Amino acid sequence: MVNSADAVVSNTSMSGTSSLLFRVLKTIGSIAITMLGLLLVTFIIGRVMPIDPVISIVGERATKEVYDAAYLEMGLDKPVLVQFLYYLSDVLRGDFGISYLNGAPVAEDIRRVFPATLELATIGTLIGVIVGVPLGIVAAVKRDTWIDQVARVVALVGYSMPIFWLGLIGLLVFYGILGWVGGPGRVGIFYVDVVPSVTGMILIDSALDGQWDIFRDAISHIILPASILGYYSLAYISRMTRSFMLEQLNAEYITTARVKGLSEWAVVWRHAFGNIKVQLITVIALSYAGLLEGSVLTEIIFSWPGIGSYITTALLSADMNAVLGGTVVVGLVFVCLNVLSDLLYSFYDPRAK
Amino acid sequence: MQKLISSMLQTTLLRNAGRRRVLQKFAIAAVAPILLAVPMQQVQAATPKDMLVIASRIDDITTFDPAQSFEFSGSDVIRNVYGRLVNFNPADLDAGYEPELADSWTVSEDGKTITFTISEGKKFHSGNPVTAEDVEFSLRRAVLLEKTPSFILTQFGFNKDNVEQTIKADGNTVSIVTDKKYATSFVLNCLTATIGAIVDKKTVMANEVDGDMGNEWLRTNSAGSGAYKVVSWKANESVTLQANEDFHLGAPAMKRVIVRHIQESATQRLLLTKGDIDIARNLNPEDIAGISDNGDLKIHDELRGRLMYLSFNQKHPILSKPKVVEAMKYLIDYQGMQDSFLKGQYTIHQNFLPATYLGAIDDKPYSLNIAKAKELLAEAGVGEFEIEAGVREAQERIEIAQTMQNNLAQVGITLKITVGTAKQILTRYRARELDMYVGAWGPDYPDPQTNAGTFAFNPDNSDEAKATGLLAYRNAWSPGALGEKTSLAVTEGDVDKRRQMYEEIQREFLQVAPFAIMFQKIEQAGMAKSVSNLVLGGAITAASYWPVTK
Repeated sequence: MVNSADAVVSNTSMSGTSSLLFRVLKTIGSIAITMLGLLLVTFIIGRVMPIDPVISIVGERATKEVYDAAYLEMGLDKPVLVQFLYYLSDVLRGDFGISYLNGAPVAEDIRRVFPATLELATIGTLIGVIVGVPLGIVAAVKRDTWIDQVARVVALVGYSMPIFWLGLIGLLVFYGILGWVGGPGRVGIFYVDVVPSVTGMILIDSALDGQWDIFRDAISHIILPASILGYYSLAYISRMTRSFMLEQLNAEYITTARVKGLSEWAVVWRHAFGNIKVQLITVIALSYAGLLEGSVLTEIIFSWPGIGSYITTALLSADMNAVLGGTVVVGLVFVCLNVLSDLLYSFYDPRAK
Repeated sequence: MQKLISSMLQTTLLRNAGRRRVLQKFAIAAVAPILLAVPMQQVQAATPKDMLVIASRIDDITTFDPAQSFEFSGSDVIRNVYGRLVNFNPADLDAGYEPELADSWTVSEDGKTITFTISEGKKFHSGNPVTAEDVEFSLRRAVLLEKTPSFILTQFGFNKDNVEQTIKADGNTVSIVTDKKYATSFVLNCLTATIGAIVDKKTVMANEVDGDMGNEWLRTNSAGSGAYKVVSWKANESVTLQANEDFHLGAPAMKRVIVRHIQESATQRLLLTKGDIDIARNLNPEDIAGISDNGDLKIHDELRGRLMYLSFNQKHPILSKPKVVEAMKYLIDYQGMQDSFLKGQYTIHQNFLPATYLGAIDDKPYSLNIAKAKELLAEAGVGEFEIEAGVREAQERIEIAQTMQNNLAQVGITLKITVGTAKQILTRYRARELDMYVGAWGPDYPDPQTNAGTFAFNPDNSDEAKATGLLAYRNAWSPGALGEKTSLAVTEGDVDKRRQMYEEIQREFLQVAPFAIMFQKIEQAGMAKSVSNLVLGGAITAASYWPVTK
């Protein structure tokens, strides 16, 4: 994570464009080092795993000749360091190898599964933020009233209810009985493969293509899993918002503001909320990153072909290329979100400018 | 260090898998009463009349290249896409192979050469005619590519260096020359396997990259002469097939077949009840029971090839006594397990050839008989002892081991159950380290040799032989004369005689082998009432979509 305090230091010692350049280089450097570390660790774990990667490919009834050919083809006869360097240069070219499980290039698989998760996680987080933040604020302002109690119960239920249970019940009620939403999968069976894939996100692709019936169908399919993920992240976001707000509302400057005769609206929104934005960004970014890792159970229940179930399936079948590729992508997501929240810090926190 | 990481990793894998199972069970327990209590909406006819939508677990597919595919879901697709020289008729699987792309065949006097006459007028999806050259190419290609299932062909002596001589087209005939005389039924049964699929040479070679004989292209595309062609495959998502209007048996009624990957049984059931799919192939017993009284749906049962067995390591000083092995076979509660946790999923079967295989018999001499087991153990002069069972992390196998543990305890035998991941337990089984193994075995190709050659054949039982592919070897069992009979059965040209030989081998096996075969798999699929003529392939082959109507 790029430390915002460093940015402050650099700002005082340099000026103008050179300072900006320095910060950009520093950010890129820190991303590169983090990613290199991640690659090294995942690679080592992949190699010391007590699972024979050759058997995963050729199957346990293969003859010795078939086995040996695959062994050489995979470069397993070379020293581990050489293998790592090969791996590194492949990854830099965007080549994560072939998935043993389905024979396709891992990069191609990830291009297919990651947008599905991105779409779901983004809408889930939007729901979490749009509902969770106001809920937390209201709960803090109306502390110990019935509104606060309701908000706490909502958060507690969201936090403690197993997500697959909510998913199954949600499917049963809203799809099975009421028929308000689409069933499992990203689109109905008639719309599979109709829209050309540009971004991999069906909502965006169908809108780009002007296929509004597919867009509506995709919405009806995504709304339930996204709401369930959204509820989960809402629970977390509203609880954190409430506790951040309480901390601010008990501070002396708030009392001062009230004594000065500022309206309650201004006290709450401009003063208290203004001061928790940076903390909130961290919470939201973490929650978003958590959803982007892929929510395995939600993906399985809703037959959502995302990165979570992809990595899990790969892990359980010892498909190491897919596991490594998936891990690197998830790591990259975390790094990018960190950089993004750092940028937002410097925007919202005058001390970080 | 490596050991530490390995054990940590295994524990984590196990724990996660275990937790997931527990969570799933909990979820099902929590949801099931609601599913039962809430009346579902009437089934809507959501799928069109000429489209078949199937929910299945298809995450095992790696390729659609018949020279490489060796998974269940892949076989289902390939069976519907490619023709073979000889094939099974879904309307009568028991009849055995029938001519398909070959009209007829002759066998030379020495029994080593089979010459097929290729039938005229059949076409690939591309419009190219099916010729002897395509057959020659396809079979040679399967040998040359050396992929996992290639052993099904190379066991006849074909190899890289001799295919030019041993597999040869001449006019509209193709001859194959085996290294010695084999039963014609053995060779032809193997040619009905996935690897015997005939591909369109021109189309495949037009898509060759770096001398791969089209292997990469065929992974996701198809070039067959079967009822369907592959439109698309998205791993872990869906497979879409489109009907071949020029199919030699007539255009299929279902113009499109879509197989969707739906992992969860509860989700499959929900889709089926809503009418969004026509067939659900992975319903668990609870969900099967749940749809059984739904008037719009029906349940289709079909016997498949998978067997469940127990085996006893002959390296163990006590387990190697014949009377002890016999006692073990009386300590298995076949009926009790079939009627409880295996209900509807497995049926009692005590021989190594699955019902419907050539030579299969239905003898069931064993049943739970504690008194008889005690008697046998006393005759063997055996007191109390302890053995270890290796069990793969799969619910039904663990339950079988636990049932065994209870029964063995009644005769003073302590059973220690070691549960592990597939790789963990298999490694120890192959190294002949387990006293007892709770196993499942699926045949590789539709000929009795596929099981006889592993259960009842082990020419060199020494540790150095490392014949870890043979189940008899894994249990350190030398079948002796039974092994020789198995070798002989492979060469018997007369089908009826061959059938008799397997019957005899199995009857003897049933008495002497340290294997207790227990059950044969039943596949239960839930489907809309309107769907008819679906055949999942029985024990010998894969699903056929072309006869389906709705």
